[in-house]
Amino acid sequence: MNARDDSKGGTVRAGYVRPLDIRNGRIDMGHGAGGRAAAQLIEEIFLAAFDNPFLRQGNDGASLAIPQGSRLVMATDAHVISPLFFPGGDIGALSVHGTVNDVAMMGATPLWLSASFILEEGFPLADLKRIVQSMAAAAREAGVAVVTGDTKVVEQGKGDGVFISTTGVGVVPHGIDVSGANARPGDVILLSGTVGDHGVAVLSQRESLEFETTIVSDTAALNGLVADMLAVCPAIRTLRDPTRGGLATTLNEIARQSGVGMLLDEAAIPVKPEVDAACELLGLDPLYVANEGKLIAIVPAEHGEAVLAAMRAHPRGADAARIGIVQQDAHHFVQMNTRFGGRRVVDWLSGEQLPRIC
Amino acid sequence: MVNLGGIRKEVSIELVPEAQVGDYVIVHVGHAIGMIDPDEAERTLALFGEMSAATGVSA
Amino acid sequence: MKYIDEFRDGDVARKIADRLATEARGDRQYSFMEFCGGHTHAISRYGVSELLPTNVRMIHGPGCPVCVLPIGRVDMAIKLALEHDVIVCTYGDTMRVPASDSLSLTKAKARGGDIRMVYSAADALTVARDNPERQVVFFAIGFETTTPPTALAILRAQREGLKNFSVLCCHVLTPSAITHILESPEVRQYGTVPIDGFIGPAHVSIVIGAAPYEHFAEEYRKPVVIAGFEPLDVMQAILMLVRQVNDGRAHVENEFTRAVDRDGNLAAQQKVSEVFELRPSFEWRGLGEVPYSALKIRPAFAEFDAERRFDVGYKPVADNKACECGAILRGVKKPTDCKIFGTVCTPENPVGSCMVSSEGACAAHYAYGRFKDIPVVTA
Repeated sequence: MNARDDSKGGTVRAGYVRPLDIRNGRIDMGHGAGGRAAAQLIEEIFLAAFDNPFLRQGNDGASLAIPQGSRLVMATDAHVISPLFFPGGDIGALSVHGTVNDVAMMGATPLWLSASFILEEGFPLADLKRIVQSMAAAAREAGVAVVTGDTKVVEQGKGDGVFISTTGVGVVPHGIDVSGANARPGDVILLSGTVGDHGVAVLSQRESLEFETTIVSDTAALNGLVADMLAVCPAIRTLRDPTRGGLATTLNEIARQSGVGMLLDEAAIPVKPEVDAACELLGLDPLYVANEGKLIAIVPAEHGEAVLAAMRAHPRGADAARIGIVQQDAHHFVQMNTRFGGRRVVDWLSGEQLPRIC
Repeated sequence: MVNLGGIRKEVSIELVPEAQVGDYVIVHVGHAIGMIDPDEAERTLALFGEMSAATGVSA
Repeated sequence: MKYIDEFRDGDVARKIADRLATEARGDRQYSFMEFCGGHTHAISRYGVSELLPTNVRMIHGPGCPVCVLPIGRVDMAIKLALEHDVIVCTYGDTMRVPASDSLSLTKAKARGGDIRMVYSAADALTVARDNPERQVVFFAIGFETTTPPTALAILRAQREGLKNFSVLCCHVLTPSAITHILESPEVRQYGTVPIDGFIGPAHVSIVIGAAPYEHFAEEYRKPVVIAGFEPLDVMQAILMLVRQVNDGRAHVENEFTRAVDRDGNLAAQQKVSEVFELRPSFEWRGLGEVPYSALKIRPAFAEFDAERRFDVGYKPVADNKACECGAILRGVKKPTDCKIFGTVCTPENPVGSCMVSSEGACAAHYAYGRFKDIPVVTA
């Protein structure tokens, strides 16, 4: 074999790999096969976005130093959402916020995340890059590092573009004991802002429901807000983010876990007028619509005002309100005084929330 | 196109051919099925809980 | 929201509640049936019954479209999806109605049936246009409010010459159901179910007008007050019914004059009569066979009639023996009179149809009203 004439250029530089064609490229089965294609995908899309010392070690796992004297908290969340991009966010940001918030709701400071991706054959690389960059930005903003990850590819038709599973690890400082089982009669129930924004933003993009709205998803990391709240009141009993099933379902979970009842004041629950209107149009109840950047806090009555003030001082809690009280109730009912002057039970969500026709 | 509290959605007005831009309609499963008469709405609001029984149109 | 918020004002509610307390006579009971599921939902969601005097009782009627849908009809839709490889489109609430063999449309979907939830009949047409190689059936249910949109869909399918769209028509009629309740022995023999009057439907009346109810008021001496779906509408209608009873009157009155007149929506009625004709008899869940109580597709539109296009005969199926949906739909029993209410039959695992839709008497009571059944211990 004759050596080519190098003087005119056109040589292949040592170690050169042609970059991924982000603009037109699509995921194929090779990207999940563990060969060069997989390595290149990880290098150019994931490492480029998440870059940190743990990933740079290039190992199969991350070696983490645990701060002394603290408890570890671990939480995991799988993310499947349609559409993948929605007003105010995308599946990438959501997969970071969801897990960061689950860790934060334990009273912990989230530190590390793992991420695994199930990609569908044919998924555009440009969309993947956009999602991964959005994840990286969300992680940076929340102050957490994505320290390990994995990618698999499934055949076309066996996935919904991309599914993302994330696991988060955080540490709880000494003296903090936050749990869904800690609510006590007499405690006050605080909510960090308006309910239903995320669910309405996503529904507005669904095929056949499509409507125009300026509502955007509230998807956000809440660890900063939680830190400010715990700083004024380490005695916070319960923190939880009312995601799927909405405020109503989350309060019922806490009531059951703590063995208590609750009494809410409908007029005190903040709902954006546009969310109210969208729910009216679709026959939905905002109390059951999902949120991704709100939290419920249950605190001893004497700390209620201080915690509420701390919430309102934080950008993620500007619309915070005191929405009810915990009471003794052997049946663990969540009840509500309606704005109309009546009273009713606020039950768990049953099945999926479906538009009413009558 | 209907607007409810800032939400805009396309609905069919085939069943209320008399509807004009700016009218209030009642929407059911994606179709406007009837119109709202603003004068009657005011009259009903004024009658709520009044002493006299002179309400509604006796058919 | 204009024409909505004003009708949910708590201060006005208290004013009406005061009038009711003054005018409802202490020496008698008042029982009124709200026919329509929309009213049942409003009463439960806003806690309206809390504001009524103790001697005024509301009986939930059969006006919830999914509650009166018999098992056999849901079986037909499931058969279409699972055995005829048809795309079945339907309204959300219909998905969870229990059918034979522990199935429902939701469960049939999990077994591979191509079943899709739509918001409107027009969306089902879109599915048909987008899938020209597949047969698409719209499983059409509901009262007079959902019928005109179905008629429009069939007319449009005909105009476009769509060969893969048809409708499984289960549309039913409000006036025949009310007649059936009034004719039932429990109501005729006064004392078993004392119905003193009816709250007439809101949206249904927009379409059919106030005139069809005149017959009940005259023939059966029962007052009817047509009311809007907002909670103040319902309270005002109850006040108007109390006044009629006190005066010994039995008229059709209209609280919902902002949207309902005597004749209804003539354009909609015309579309419906163009496409549909009366069925001699139709089975209602809870009420049994009711003569001339439903619609079928006229022969001129036979090609869009799923019952003619596919071999899916109707087979009546008996309800679960312990289920009291029938008596509850007729107002003879309350949800809490049913042995399986809240135990075997819950919104997660509905046995009877009244537990399926949030407008069903049982589901509404389960979700919103249970705290009244058992003493709540408060701190």
